[in-house]
Amino acid sequence: MSYEFLQTLWFILIAVLWIGFFFLEGFDFGVGMLLPFLGKKDTERRAIINTIGSVWDGNEVWLLTAGGATFAAFPNWYATMFSGFYLALFLLLIGLILRGISFEYRSKDANPVWRNRFDWMIAIGSFLPSLLLGTAFANLVRGVPINADMMYTGNLLTLLNPFGLIGGITMVSVFLLHGANFLTLKLDGELRERARELSKKLYYAAAAAVVLLAVTTYIFTDISTKIGINPGIMPIASVVVLLVTIYFINREMEGWAFVSTGLHIVLTQIAFFTLMFPRVMISSTNPEYSLTIYNASSSQYTLTVMSIIALIFVPIVLAYQGWTYYMFRKRITADKQTLIY
Amino acid sequence: MDPILLSRLQFALTTIYHWLFVPLTLGLGWFVAFMQTRYYQTKDETWHKMTKFWGKLFLINFAIGVVTGIVQEFQFGMNWSEYSRYVGDIFGAPLAIEALLAFFLESTFLGIWVFGEGKVPEKVHLASIWLVAIGSNFSALWILLANGWMQHPVGFVINEANHRAELVNFFALIGNPKGWLFFWHTISDGLLMASFMILAVSGYHIFRKQNLDFFKRCFTIASVVGLIASVLVFLGGHTMGQYMYETQPMKFASIEAHWETSKPAAFSILTIGDLTGKREVWSVRVPRVLSFLACNNFNCEVKGVNELQQEEVQKFGPGDYIPLMVVTYWAFRIMMTFGLMMIAMTAYFVWVSLRGDITKAKWMKWMPTMLILPYLANASGWILTEMGRQPWIVYGLLKVQDAVSPNLTTLDLLISLIGYTAIYGSLAVAMVKLMKKFAIAGPDAALHESVDVETESGGIGDILPIGAQD
Repeated sequence: MSYEFLQTLWFILIAVLWIGFFFLEGFDFGVGMLLPFLGKKDTERRAIINTIGSVWDGNEVWLLTAGGATFAAFPNWYATMFSGFYLALFLLLIGLILRGISFEYRSKDANPVWRNRFDWMIAIGSFLPSLLLGTAFANLVRGVPINADMMYTGNLLTLLNPFGLIGGITMVSVFLLHGANFLTLKLDGELRERARELSKKLYYAAAAAVVLLAVTTYIFTDISTKIGINPGIMPIASVVVLLVTIYFINREMEGWAFVSTGLHIVLTQIAFFTLMFPRVMISSTNPEYSLTIYNASSSQYTLTVMSIIALIFVPIVLAYQGWTYYMFRKRITADKQTLIY
Repeated sequence: MDPILLSRLQFALTTIYHWLFVPLTLGLGWFVAFMQTRYYQTKDETWHKMTKFWGKLFLINFAIGVVTGIVQEFQFGMNWSEYSRYVGDIFGAPLAIEALLAFFLESTFLGIWVFGEGKVPEKVHLASIWLVAIGSNFSALWILLANGWMQHPVGFVINEANHRAELVNFFALIGNPKGWLFFWHTISDGLLMASFMILAVSGYHIFRKQNLDFFKRCFTIASVVGLIASVLVFLGGHTMGQYMYETQPMKFASIEAHWETSKPAAFSILTIGDLTGKREVWSVRVPRVLSFLACNNFNCEVKGVNELQQEEVQKFGPGDYIPLMVVTYWAFRIMMTFGLMMIAMTAYFVWVSLRGDITKAKWMKWMPTMLILPYLANASGWILTEMGRQPWIVYGLLKVQDAVSPNLTTLDLLISLIGYTAIYGSLAVAMVKLMKKFAIAGPDAALHESVDVETESGGIGDILPIGAQD
C-alpha cells in the first residue's frame, strides 16, 4: 500500500470515528441535557437515564479511540490540536468527568438533594462537551492561528469568535433534538408524549441554527473557493434531511425522526471532513503553515501496522456494539417495578 | 511559576490519583467474575450475594477509574506536545490499540452486565463480567507496553529529516520485556489490592459478628488469593529490579542510594543523605545483598551513581543525570516494606483461616486500617518508576524539559491544575462516602437495588446547599 493511500485511509478512519461518536454520543449528550427538564419525578429521571444507561460508556469510547488513532496516525495533528485547544479540552474533560461519575453515583443514595445535584451535573456535563466540540470543529474548518513550527499561537478567546460560537450552538441544538427524538423512540407512556412535544419545539431551534451555520460557512471558510458555490450533495442533503425531520415528528414516526437527525449529523460531518481534506489543521496565519495528512502523519511502517490491526478489530467492535443495541431494544417505562437502578 | 514544573505536577497528580482506583478495578473484576461463576454453577445464594455485594463496590470504584482515564489519554497532547510529536509514531500505537481492543470491550460489556441481569440470557450476563475483567486487564497491558517503551525504548530509529523517532519493529515494541514485567507486577498487584479490600471489609463485619458465614468465606478466599498474589508481586518486582539494573542502571543505583561502584555491593537498610539528596551522611548496610538483588549473585559488581553520572555525561553530554534520590530511595523502601508485610500478613491469615476460628481473632478490628498498605505501596511503586527515569521522559532519548507544550502559559496550567485538584478532591469525597456506606450496609442491602424516591425532583436552584431539604 502506498504511503499516500495509507495517509488518506487514516484520515477517513478518524473521520469515521468522529462521525460514529457524534451520531451515538450526540443523542447521549441530548438525553443528558434534557434530563432535568423532561424528568419531573425521580422515577422519570431514572427512566430517562436508563434509555442510554447501558450504552453511553461504550459510545464515549469512540471519542477515546478517535483521540488514540489521531495520536498514532497523525502525531503532529494530535500535538498541535490538543496543546492548542488546551483550556477548551480541559473544560471538555471536566464535563465528561462530571457526567460519567454522575450516571453511576446519582442513584446510589436516596437523598433527593444528592440525586438532583448529580442530575444537573449530567446536564452540565453533556452541555459543555457539545458546546466545546461544536466550537472547536467550526474553528478547525475556519482556520486557527498556527505558526511555521506547527504551534498554535492563539488562546481560548481566539476560539470564541462568532463563527465558532455558531458552531457550538448548532451542535448543542442538534444534539438536543437528536436526544429528544431518541427519547421518543425509547420511552413509553406519558413521558414519551412529553418528549415528543419537546422535540417539536426543539426542531425550530435546531433548524434555525443549522441554516445559520450553513450560510455563515460561506462567509467564514474557504468553501466557495475550495468546493464552489454549489457545495455538492452532502451539505445540501444534510440541511434538507434536518428540515424534513419535522414531517416525521408531526406524523409521530419517531423512528424516522431519529434516523433523520442521525443522518443529518453524519452528513454534516462528512461535509466537514470533505472541506478539511487533505488538511487536518488549517492555519489562518498562513495557508502554507497548515497541517495536512502529509506533513502530520506517522511513518509508512506505523500506518501499515495500524491498518492491519484496525482491519481486524474494527468489524469485531462494530458487531458487538451493534448487538448491545439489539439486546436493549425494548422501550422503557417510568415504572419503578421494572426500572433498573 | 515554571511551566515545566506545573505540567509535571499535574501529570503526577492526575496519574497517581488515577492509579488509586485502577488496581482495585483490575483485581476485583476477577473476584466478581469468579463469584458469579460459582453462583452459576452451584445456584448457592451466598455466591449470588457475594457477586452483588462486591459488584457494587467494584462499580463505585470503576467509575472513577474510567473518568480519570480519559484525562490520561488527552494530556500527552495537551501538556506534552513535543513529546507527542517526537515519539507519537511509536507511542501512539499502543494507546490507539488500547482504546480499540480494550476500552470498547470493558465499557460495552459493563453496560450489559449492569443493565442486563434478567434481560439477557444468564450465560451472556456471566460472560460479560468476564469480558469486563479481561478488557480492563488487557487495557493495562497496552498502557504498560507504552510505559515500558519510555523506560527502555526498543524497535525504533531516529529519522533526522523529520526530527523524530520512528517505529521500525512493532514486535519489539509489543515484546518489550520491560512492559511484560510491568504487566506481571501490575496484574498480580491488582489481585493483591482487591484481596486487601475484601479482607478489610470482611474484617470489619467479622469483628462485629455480622453475616459471619458470608464474610468468613470472603476472608478465606481473599487470604489465599492475596498470599499467591503478594508472592507473585514480589517475584515480579525482583525480576524487574534485575532487568532495571541491566537497562536503567542509574535508576537502580538511585533507589538504593548506592553512590560508589562496589564489588560486592551492600544493601542499604537506612541511608540519610544531605539536603541536596545527593550526598550520603550516614547509613546502615547489609553486605552483599545488593549484588544479589542486581544479579542473583552475592559477588557481582554494582555500579554506583557517581560513576554512572560520568558515563552518562560522556554519552549524552553535560547535565545532571541523577534522579531525585530522596524520592526514589524512600518510595522504594515504602513499597518493599509494605509488600513484604502483606506477604507475611496474608500467609498468617491463610494459616488462621485453615486452622482456627477467625471469628474470635481480636485483630479483626484493625483490618480496615490495613488498606493503607496496598494503596501506599501502589503509589510509591509508580513514583519510583517515573521519578527514577528523570531527567528523561524517554530514557536516553528525550528529556522531560524538551517534551512539554511550548505554547502553554503559567495561567493555563494554574487553571487546569487547580481545576483538576478541586474536581478530583470532590470525587474522592463522594467515592469514599459511597464505598463506606455500601461496605458497612453489608450483603443484604446490596441485594435490594437503590430505593426509589417518590418525590418531585428539584430544579437547578436546589443543587446549592442553601435551602436544601436535608
